[in-house]
Amino acid sequence: MADQTSTTNAWPANSVPTDLIPPGRKRLGWALMAAATLGLLATILVQILYKSEVGTIGFETWRPVVYAYILWGVALGVGQVLTRGEDGQRALFLLPALLFTIAMVIFPTLFGFYIALTDWNLSSFSGRKFNGLDNFWQMLGDPYYRNALFNMVLYVLAVFVEYVIAFGLALLLNAQIRARKFFRVVFLMPLMLSPVAVSWMIGKSLMEYRFGPAATLARHLGWENPAFFSNPITARISIMVLDAWTFIPFMMIMLLAGLQAMSREVLEAARVDGATPWQTFWQVTFPLMLPVSVTAVILRIIFKLKLADIIITVTSGGPGGATDSVSSFIYREYRDRSNVGYGTMLAMAYLIIIVVFVTWLLKFASRFVRNVN
Amino acid sequence: MSVQTTDYSASEIRSPASFLANRVFIYGALIFWAFICLFPIYWTITTSFKTAVDVTQGHLIPFVDFKPDWKGWRSLGLSPDSIFQTSTVREEFLKRFMNSVITSVGASSLAIVIGSLAAYGLTRYRYHFAWFKNEDISFFFLSQLILPPVVLALPFLVLYREVGLLDTRIGLILLYTLMVLPIVIWIMRDQFNSIPVELEEAALVDGLSIWGAFFRIVMPIALPGMVAAFILAMVLCWNEYFFAALLTSTDAKTIPVMVASQTGSQGINWWSMAALATAAITPLAVIGIALERYLIMGMTAGAVK
Repeated sequence: MADQTSTTNAWPANSVPTDLIPPGRKRLGWALMAAATLGLLATILVQILYKSEVGTIGFETWRPVVYAYILWGVALGVGQVLTRGEDGQRALFLLPALLFTIAMVIFPTLFGFYIALTDWNLSSFSGRKFNGLDNFWQMLGDPYYRNALFNMVLYVLAVFVEYVIAFGLALLLNAQIRARKFFRVVFLMPLMLSPVAVSWMIGKSLMEYRFGPAATLARHLGWENPAFFSNPITARISIMVLDAWTFIPFMMIMLLAGLQAMSREVLEAARVDGATPWQTFWQVTFPLMLPVSVTAVILRIIFKLKLADIIITVTSGGPGGATDSVSSFIYREYRDRSNVGYGTMLAMAYLIIIVVFVTWLLKFASRFVRNVN
Repeated sequence: MSVQTTDYSASEIRSPASFLANRVFIYGALIFWAFICLFPIYWTITTSFKTAVDVTQGHLIPFVDFKPDWKGWRSLGLSPDSIFQTSTVREEFLKRFMNSVITSVGASSLAIVIGSLAAYGLTRYRYHFAWFKNEDISFFFLSQLILPPVVLALPFLVLYREVGLLDTRIGLILLYTLMVLPIVIWIMRDQFNSIPVELEEAALVDGLSIWGAFFRIVMPIALPGMVAAFILAMVLCWNEYFFAALLTSTDAKTIPVMVASQTGSQGINWWSMAALATAAITPLAVIGIALERYLIMGMTAGAVK
C-alpha cells in the first residue's frame, strides 16, 4: 500500500484544485445531494408512518425505499463530481461498491441483532414480540447448538489433514512428469462440481448402504457393516471426506503456485550440499512455502466455517444432530419451527465467535508470516 | 558445463532401480488420485444409463457389464426419443437451468463492474472517508469474506419479504454479488497492482481524463484478470445452495435447489437422479476444462508474492 501513496502524491499536475470549480456548479452539486437526501428521508418517513398506520398515504411494500436509496446513491455520485471535480471522479470508483456493501451488510446485520432479541415466528399471525435476552438464555442451554459448535471445531481441524494431502498433490504435480496439464485439470475437477450434486453422487449413491460401490469395496476390505452415516463418528468422518474431496483442489492449486514460484537455485544448492530429498523438503521447501501455506489454510478455514450444503443434503444433521454444522443447524431450526428470532440469535452468536476466532487466527499467523492479508 | 549438469542429475538419480521406483511411485500416486477425482463423475454418468437391475447388481462398465439404456434421460425428457415431445420435467429443468444461468451471470457481472472499480480506486488513490483510510476500506471489503451466509440469511428473509424481493432472481443476484465481491476485489487489486502506474501517467499527459485512462488504457490490460475473477465468481454462484434454498420457492429456484429437493424425496429413481446430477454438473465441468488457466489464475491471485 505504501508505494501507492507516493504515486498519488507524485501526480499534483492532474488534481485540479477545488477552487477552480465555479461556485455555481458547487452550489448545484450541494443542492442535488441535499435534495436527494431529503427525498430519501421523506420516503422512509412516509413509509414508516404508513406502516405504523399513522399516515394514510404510502406503499404496499418497502420497495420504493430501495429505489429512493439507489437514486440517492446516484445523486451522491453526481454531487461529488460537481462539487469536488477530479477528487469527486476518484471517489466515484469506490462509491458503488461501498454503498452496495453498506446497504447489503451493515443494515441487515444491525437488523439481525434486533431480530435476535425478538420472539418471531414467521408462520404465526401474532408477529414479532420483543423478548429481550430470552433467546440468549435459551441458546446457552441448547445442547444441540453446543454440539454444532463442537462439530465446527472438528471440521476445522480436518483442514490440516486436507492440507497435508493437498501439499502432497502439489508436490506430485510439481515433479518432472508428463501430462501435467491433464492431471491438473483432473485434480481441479471436484472443485467445479456443485456440493449439492456431489452430495448425491458420493454421499447418497456411492456410499449407499446396499449397493453403492464404496460400500461394496468396504465390505471386500472386511468392514462387515459399512453404514457410513448411521454412527455419529463415521458420519462425521464421511462428511469430512465429502467436503475434503470438493475442496482439496483449492489448497492444492495455491500450494502448486507457491512451489512453482520457488527459485530453482535454492533447491539446486541444497542438492549440491548433499541433502537428501527428505532433508531438502523439511529444511528448504517447507519453510519457504510457509507464507503460501498459511494463506491457503486460513482461506480454507474461512470457507470451512460456512460449511452447510453437504450436511443439509446428505444427513440433514443426522444421526440425531451428530453431524450438524452451525449453519445447517440454524437452517433446520428455521425450516422446522420457522422461528426467525431464535435462529438469528444463534447466527449472531456464531458471527461473534467467528470474528474473534479469525482475528486471533490472523494475529497468530502474522507471527509466522508478515504479509498475510 | 553440460558435463556438470549430467553429474547433478546422476547424483540425483543414484541408480536406475531407484529412478524406476521413484517414477512408479509418482505415477502411481497421480493415477490413484485421478481415479479418486474421476470415479464419482464416471459413476454418475454411467448410472444415468442404467436400469434398476444394473444399479442393484453394481455393474460398472457400460456395454461389458450392462446395456446402456436411456431410461434416466427419458424421465428428464432429454433422451433422443423424448426430446421432441412435451415434458413437464424438462420444462421444469430448463426453467431452473435458466434461473441458474441468469443469477450467476448477472451476479458475476455486477460484482466485476463494481468490484473492479473499487479495486482500481483502492490501488491508485488515497481516500479519506471520515476516519477510514485505504487500508481500512480494503479490510472492510475483504472482511466480508468471513461473514457466513447464515448470519445474513434470516434477516434477508424478513427484509426481502418486506421489499418484495423474496423468490425473485434480482434478490438472488444482489446476494450473490455481495458473496463474491470480496473475492473479485481481492483478485482485481492484485491485477491493478501489477500494472505500472506510468501507463496512466502517460495517458493523463496525453489529455485523457481519469476515467478515460481507466477505460482506454487500464481495462484492456486487466482484462485477463477480469475474466479470471468472472469465472471464479460464476463457479461460486452456480454452486450456491444455502441462500437459494431459503429465499426461493417457486419462481427463482436454481439448479442446486432442484437437485437437493429431488434427493430428499423418497423412492427417487437412481437413474433419473443420476441424469439430473449429470446435467447439473456438465456446464461447470466444461468450463473447468476449457478455462482452467483462468480459474487457476483467479485462485492464485494474491497468494504468491
